[in-house]
Amino acid sequence: MADTAALDAAPIAAAVVPENRDDKALQRKIFIGLALLLMVAPLVLYPVYLMKVLCFALFALAFNLLLGYGGLLSFGHAAYFGMASYLSAYGAKVWGLSPELAILVGTATAALLGLVFGSLAIRRQGIYFSMITLALAQMAFFFALQAKFTGGEDGIQAVPRGALFGVIRLDDDRAMYGLVAVVFFLGMLTIYRIIHSPFGQVLKAIRDNESRAVSLGYRVNQYKLAVFVLSATLAGLAGATKAIVFQLASLTDVHWSMSGEVVLMTLVGGMGTVFGPIVGALVIVTMETYLAQFGAWVTVIQGCVFVLCVLLFREGVVGLIARRLRKPL
Amino acid sequence: MGRDVILATQGLTMEFKGFRAVNNVALEVERGTIHALIGPNGAGKTTCFNLLTKFLQPTAGTIRYKDRDITGLKPADVARLGLVRSFQISAVFPHFTVMENVRIALQRRRHGDSFDFWRAEKALRVLDAEALELVEAVGLSEFARTLAVELSYGRKRALEIATTLALDPEMLLLDEPMAGMGHEDVDRTAELIRRVGKERTILMVEHNLSVVASLSDRITVLARGQVLAEGDYATVSKDPRVVEAYIGAGHA
Repeated sequence: MADTAALDAAPIAAAVVPENRDDKALQRKIFIGLALLLMVAPLVLYPVYLMKVLCFALFALAFNLLLGYGGLLSFGHAAYFGMASYLSAYGAKVWGLSPELAILVGTATAALLGLVFGSLAIRRQGIYFSMITLALAQMAFFFALQAKFTGGEDGIQAVPRGALFGVIRLDDDRAMYGLVAVVFFLGMLTIYRIIHSPFGQVLKAIRDNESRAVSLGYRVNQYKLAVFVLSATLAGLAGATKAIVFQLASLTDVHWSMSGEVVLMTLVGGMGTVFGPIVGALVIVTMETYLAQFGAWVTVIQGCVFVLCVLLFREGVVGLIARRLRKPL
Repeated sequence: MGRDVILATQGLTMEFKGFRAVNNVALEVERGTIHALIGPNGAGKTTCFNLLTKFLQPTAGTIRYKDRDITGLKPADVARLGLVRSFQISAVFPHFTVMENVRIALQRRRHGDSFDFWRAEKALRVLDAEALELVEAVGLSEFARTLAVELSYGRKRALEIATTLALDPEMLLLDEPMAGMGHEDVDRTAELIRRVGKERTILMVEHNLSVVASLSDRITVLARGQVLAEGDYATVSKDPRVVEAYIGAGHA
């Protein structure tokens, strides 16, 4: 009989969740700290390196929105990042668009692609979902390799940075950095808002217990598609911006290893944390930049870092800190 | 007869690769009653439940709810019609607080779909008072800010009921609401179900026969996927076929 299973009765130590407002206050402080850091950093560090970090950080943040809050592991996010970077580069170079318009075109491309790929992929769950996203991304890669306008193996090179709104010349790295920092910061705030919106609340519910969310009357596939498109769009924003910064769109950006890299960044930093992906991107890009002299060994070193991460702190750097502080970060 | 039937099935059948888990079941639940579905293990009770709430698509038969054919609907849409289920394993959102668990259900009922990703969470605070009321109703006020994952089993079940009630359903389907509960929790939950059942229709699967006896107005006994007997507790418990199904042929 079911009622013989003696359970509970003893009052549990109520692990009371701290007031939400305190958490928000801490996160707000971190945002202000990050804004200050963004202003000071170019005085100390090489701006091109910083811009690379910021582009990848935004990419990882977008990816984390899908994985950490939507519970969906896409293994084809390079498609949105890469195709956006192609369209942005093409727009700036061939159509002669100003950088803000080129970035917009790239981002819109990613949104559209996300809508098409997403609506196919969300029909399946778990590993099958991941495999479909990978397969579709490989198709995007093949398209980039074969299509005329992408320049095949050469990619699109010598993309002009142009002048922002036709006024501010971006050839100067500091001006360019300013734009990237603003794009990154706004992107991050957007993601933060999405996570903490009524929509985000439903997403978290679906991630926590999908069939219960269904039984409450939520049509979960519509929410999954919505977050997929949002994530793809923001990944596209990162890719489109990167193409203007590096004046280049190439096959690297649509390659499956790029999809893997963003997974790595997110996991190292802390999946499902607000700030984790930024730390993850910083770690991975820094390794790639400063360990470049080791050539192919970078991959091996990255692999080791990843294994260590998984073994020592599965919740990632920021996830670990958050647990120690007992506060969501 | 003038019976007011809220949920009815006809020829409901679910076949898994040649095995009929539910076979030609005709079930009628009257509005405002507490109706229990009982039967030995493997009788097809939970499958039946999954069919009624459309978590499974029946291979044959029809389901009518409030004189409307819902056989082809999706589970989320069935829930929107006011036919809401609970689960055998307690279904809460573990990383939400007790309050948030209830609020997410209120959010669905009050706001419908929430694709407003540009709005702040503050917009949901208008639901807090009502959520708290529901939390209080199931005796969980002191845990309002506790994460659901930290609750004891019995309290999780109570939270689940509060969440379900937040949808203000016309009809509740409870899948073994007492499963795995201690005596104290069983009594408390039974009381809660009785209270809730005053204004609503309840169909529940339950193994605890004393609970079934004291709560239900009507009982349907399933065995091997088919309806074996139906009636009130006194009738059903005296039915020799039911006794045999429970005790097993050869022992009777």
